[in-house]
Amino acid sequence: MEVRVVNVRKEFERFPALHDVSLDIKSGELIALLGPSGSGKTTLLRLIAGLERPTKGAIFFGDEDASQKSIQERNVGFVFQHYALFRHMTVADNIGFGLKVRHGAARPSGQEIRRRALELLDLVQLSGLEKRYPAQLSGGQRQRVALARAMAIEPKVLLLDEPFGALDAQVRRELRRWLREIHDRTGHTTVFVTHDQEEALELADRVVVMSQGRIEQVGTADDIYDTPNSPFVYSFIGESSSLPVKVENGEVWIADRPIGLQAPHAPSGEAVLYFRPHDVDLLDGCSGCIAGTVAASRRVAGTRRVELEVGGERQRVEIELPVDHPAAQKSRVAFRPRRWKLFPKS
Amino acid sequence: MADPEIKSYEPHHESQSAAVTESRPVKAVLMAIALAFLAVFLLLPLIVVFHEALAKGIGAYTEALSGPDTRSAIRLTLLVAAISVPLNVIFGISAAWAIAKFEFKGKAFLTTLIDLPFSVSPVISGLVYVLLFGAQGLLGAWLKAHGIVILFAVPGIVLATIFVTFPFVARELIPLMQEQGNGDEEAALSLGASGWQAFWYVTLPNVKWGLLYGVLLCNARAMGEFGAVSVVSGHIRGLTNTMPLHVEILYNEYNAVGAFAVASLLAGLALVTLVLKTLLEMRYGAEIAATRGH
Repeated sequence: MEVRVVNVRKEFERFPALHDVSLDIKSGELIALLGPSGSGKTTLLRLIAGLERPTKGAIFFGDEDASQKSIQERNVGFVFQHYALFRHMTVADNIGFGLKVRHGAARPSGQEIRRRALELLDLVQLSGLEKRYPAQLSGGQRQRVALARAMAIEPKVLLLDEPFGALDAQVRRELRRWLREIHDRTGHTTVFVTHDQEEALELADRVVVMSQGRIEQVGTADDIYDTPNSPFVYSFIGESSSLPVKVENGEVWIADRPIGLQAPHAPSGEAVLYFRPHDVDLLDGCSGCIAGTVAASRRVAGTRRVELEVGGERQRVEIELPVDHPAAQKSRVAFRPRRWKLFPKS
Repeated sequence: MADPEIKSYEPHHESQSAAVTESRPVKAVLMAIALAFLAVFLLLPLIVVFHEALAKGIGAYTEALSGPDTRSAIRLTLLVAAISVPLNVIFGISAAWAIAKFEFKGKAFLTTLIDLPFSVSPVISGLVYVLLFGAQGLLGAWLKAHGIVILFAVPGIVLATIFVTFPFVARELIPLMQEQGNGDEEAALSLGASGWQAFWYVTLPNVKWGLLYGVLLCNARAMGEFGAVSVVSGHIRGLTNTMPLHVEILYNEYNAVGAFAVASLLAGLALVTLVLKTLLEMRYGAEIAATRGH
């Protein structure tokens, strides 16, 4: 099922949580909504589910306008952040709940419901636990039961709110791979919310980066990481360093020196240069480069992070060096970013 | 966490550390004071009730209980409880639902209102009904014109009892529901359940022990209420006397056996309530404790 969010605005008691958000989700796609807390990602997910109504705009499921439909009519599978399993029901009853509450002919027989529950339990690799209660399961197992319960109603769209948020790192990684497998096997259109960029970049077909109630960028992991389209995405996804620069006649300057970067299309004037700390060329001499004094140096896993003071105003900038690189011991280091981007000064 | 199997998953409370433990003599004195207090103020009166009731033998006891006025008082008390407790369950659940699950203006005011019967003397609540429904009261003339009798009749007693007992269920449920939040209900709705199904299959089972606890307390108070009921009842023998009122009348007539026999029934009710309450607390302590967090 294709989902289209068209110019949606959502206010909570006059406070806008989403400003004019539009998003096209293709059928069968696995999409991540990524952003810091307060960016509106969960609100967007709840709007798609029908747990909230948009203040303005519409949400389409296929060609149908779903925005005026209730959550029951939308037939979405929603997995809650804290699972919201029914604590007084067994695992099998939890999974069968969505079938049990159906009316008339749509409601399968008790036997059929049980058969479906066991089948789904098998799909989420929890066979044999059908008689347990939620409190008797580990966090990862509860998460799987919650997913099985959501899939039992054969939803058009699967929505997951911080699906791995409450789990420890090891279980998280396992479940991540497993969710991808399930998605590939069942082909549900799936949207999940996360604040963990690693999770989003690794798991999703496309990532929607959100900030302050707006969508900053939509793209594949490569798009988002390699060509961020705003300072926010640059600094939110992965590591980034920035320096205030000046552009004159298509050339980038720091204070009174050109640094050897050509920006023929950038307008002249002040700007901010963004680059990745690990994406730099180290240079020996310095004609057309960024040079700085080493202010601090620390070991980070397999590399060394060096903080440099650059220019007369002693702007601090971080770059990454190989552990055994002699430059780390030098008091002065010269480099030039390999891949970089200029943004207008805010 | 209502399921018996789960018990073992909860951490056991460790015995207190030495730093906060009193010395032996201090402990003994504290316990002696507490026990002596309980004995004088609770146990002794209870024994006296049963002793006086049975002072003239079991025959006189059963005879006292089988008198027509006494039986009518018992019937009336059961009737009043049978009407007011279910009504307060409905009211308590709706009030708790509204307060715990929705945001609206005047919510704090509603919460305060629910506590009102606890802070007002029951006699005052009875008087309010007299002022409202009495012959000289606000609605008195209208009621009389339409031939509706409320005061000094069963409806008045039921109304007064409902007023006095309405906080019990709501107060048990509000903190419990607030703590549980909307997550389970949202999950039920997203799975296609109607609002009613979500309530019946999810909300109610989640609060059932707290609800039972509230019903128990509500019932005990409904059967034992004296002040408010005394004002509105009119004390008509065989018609508007509840058990507590009947005890007073019998006692004033120097019918000690009769008075204490009825009193022993009320005391028995209190004991049963206490035992059930203790059992509930033992079994579902963690869940009910959540309702004490305010």
